[in-house]
Amino acid sequence: MSSGTLYDKVWDLHRVADLPGGSTQLFVGLHLIHEVTSPQAFAALEEKGLRVSCPDRTIATVDHIVPTTSQLRPFADPLAEEMLSTLEKNCQKHSIKLFGIGSGNQGIVHVIAPELGLTQPGMTIACGDSHTSTHGAFGAIAFGIGTSQVRDVLASQSLTMNKLKVRRIWFDGKLSQGVYAKDLILHVIRTLGVKGGVGFAYEFAGPAITSLSMEERMTICNMAIEGGARCGYINPDSTTFNYLKGRVHAPNATSWEQAVQWWQSLCSDETAIFDDEVKFDATQISPTVTWGITPAQNIAVDAKIPKPQSLKDSERLIAEEAFSYMKVKPGEPICGLPVDVCFIGSCTNGRISDLRAAAQVVQGKHVAKGIKAFVVPGSEQVAQTAEQEGIHNIFLEAGFEWREPGCSMCLAMNPDKLEGKQISASSSNRNFKGRQGSSSGRTLLMSPAMVAAAAIKGKVADVREILRESQTY
Amino acid sequence: MSINTSFPKGVIKKISGRCIVLHGDDIDTDRIIPARFLKCVSFQDLGEQVFADDRTELKGMHPFDITSNKGASILVVNDNFGCGSSREHAPQALMRWGIRAVIGQSFAEIFYGNCLALGIPCATTSKDMVNNLQAAIKHYSQKILELDLNRNSAYFNGVNYPISIESGALEMLTTGQWDATTQLIAQKDSLERVISRLPYLNNFEDKIKTYPRN
Ligand code: SF4
Repeated sequence: MSSGTLYDKVWDLHRVADLPGGSTQLFVGLHLIHEVTSPQAFAALEEKGLRVSCPDRTIATVDHIVPTTSQLRPFADPLAEEMLSTLEKNCQKHSIKLFGIGSGNQGIVHVIAPELGLTQPGMTIACGDSHTSTHGAFGAIAFGIGTSQVRDVLASQSLTMNKLKVRRIWFDGKLSQGVYAKDLILHVIRTLGVKGGVGFAYEFAGPAITSLSMEERMTICNMAIEGGARCGYINPDSTTFNYLKGRVHAPNATSWEQAVQWWQSLCSDETAIFDDEVKFDATQISPTVTWGITPAQNIAVDAKIPKPQSLKDSERLIAEEAFSYMKVKPGEPICGLPVDVCFIGSCTNGRISDLRAAAQVVQGKHVAKGIKAFVVPGSEQVAQTAEQEGIHNIFLEAGFEWREPGCSMCLAMNPDKLEGKQISASSSNRNFKGRQGSSSGRTLLMSPAMVAAAAIKGKVADVREILRESQTY
Repeated sequence: MSINTSFPKGVIKKISGRCIVLHGDDIDTDRIIPARFLKCVSFQDLGEQVFADDRTELKGMHPFDITSNKGASILVVNDNFGCGSSREHAPQALMRWGIRAVIGQSFAEIFYGNCLALGIPCATTSKDMVNNLQAAIKHYSQKILELDLNRNSAYFNGVNYPISIESGALEMLTTGQWDATTQLIAQKDSLERVISRLPYLNNFEDKIKTYPRN
């Protein structure tokens, strides 16, 4: 059993009671809600005649169903409109802060909470959304929950949970040029498998991790869930504190020093015991692309799609399914595979540094003929910053569409969808069958810079080559 | 159609009501509530949508449509009921139609747990007993079945059918602890204690500045 890790310390501090059957009642420090998973929970709460117990620890936004072209109300889709107006009514009734469209702070829930300084080290954070693991980047214990747990958290600001084991994932070295946080986490998922993290919290550590920015750290923790780990986290350090300082909901000047002291005391001890430990070398990682229907089915951009005989027995069946669904051939290179749609956005890679990295690739070039390419900022703040920096113009001049913030084509619960067998280069996090809105649509996951490269070439391309070419001018 | 709105509450020891029989093994949650009904803002309409596709196919002849079954509250099924995806909507839909207990040969584990969380016992009995009970209900469809959890029995038309409920579930139902929300709220003092010692909820005051503290 682990001890002395950040996970253990935060768990202990938030433990309310031990419940019959061996589970723990855990206090939730920050509860994030959105329009898709909260309405039924509010309805269930009201059926029981209960009220929201800590409205000031509950924050709402709207992201999944918002259109990214016109966000004028009422939305064209009546169900989407109903979901948002239900959220608005619930928030008003229960005095919950809602960051709605046009507030200047609306956006994908996992983008706005860090941006506003709501996400802080040492908190427990829950949201009815599996990518809540994102917030672990700050040294919080953050996890996704189901509808009945959303109801429980609304009612009691707590939930029942079983303690996870802790696996430390250590990265030596440093990422090379053209290789990003997205490539690093895809590499982890390929190595450990999509179910490798079931029952674990992942602690990401080591020199390659500490040298990452907060936004890169969020990309990594965001996808911990795709590796089966319900939460992933990184010990807070000066990068974390510098990011938080001055944000609206971060501790103010009078309590800042005390806050930092407390946050530092939560870091995993040098003598901490982990249930498991895995080591990687960051210098070995290349730009990475998925070729299949799970995030683990990925390879380096300059590698070939694996042949069934090179795979483990357990991977073969799903690989066969992937070959036929994706219409890719084992043994062929992934580089050069033509794409139809290029999507930059989502809670994995829709932040300002993601857009900057993609813009760097796109600058002075043009989207290949016949390709639909679009950028969806993760939040209104990201959009505003990008527009101030002129990044949106770089995209527009290159032939990209510049959209309004939301989840967009990450899961297509809104008008942004693939059509028919279209294949997308996507900076999102799931390449499941049908995920992007068409039951035969196909998704290649990659970093935003790689999506930009694919848009320019009209096919999967090695972003390192484009970056090298640009530098010789 | 009127939906029964008095949902299970508190201690559950005895349930009595008329029965509704649904024949077939391996009835999965997709059949109980088809996926397209999942994108909704409340569970409210689920009662009317329960078994929607099967009912459309049977054009009014499905057990959940037959007039004499209206108002029934005890569902009697066969083997491996509730298999398939883990959707919480399936027991919700049954509960909203009016079901308060299910008797069958066996149940899928997640479905069983989701029912328990709503205060709906899933009682098991042997294959023969299920068949006998289903046959008896066919003849005496308006009679009341009495399910007595503590006595492990289902009493119907003068016959005692032995049933069993997993011991953990039995304890939770008969002590009222199946209701997680109520359990959590009951710990008010412990919750307050946690809130008062968390630095980020107390302006990071000096007295609680580093981990660990007492
Ligand atoms: S961007 Fe995608 S993964 Fe993230 S919250 Fe939205 S739908 Fe979920």
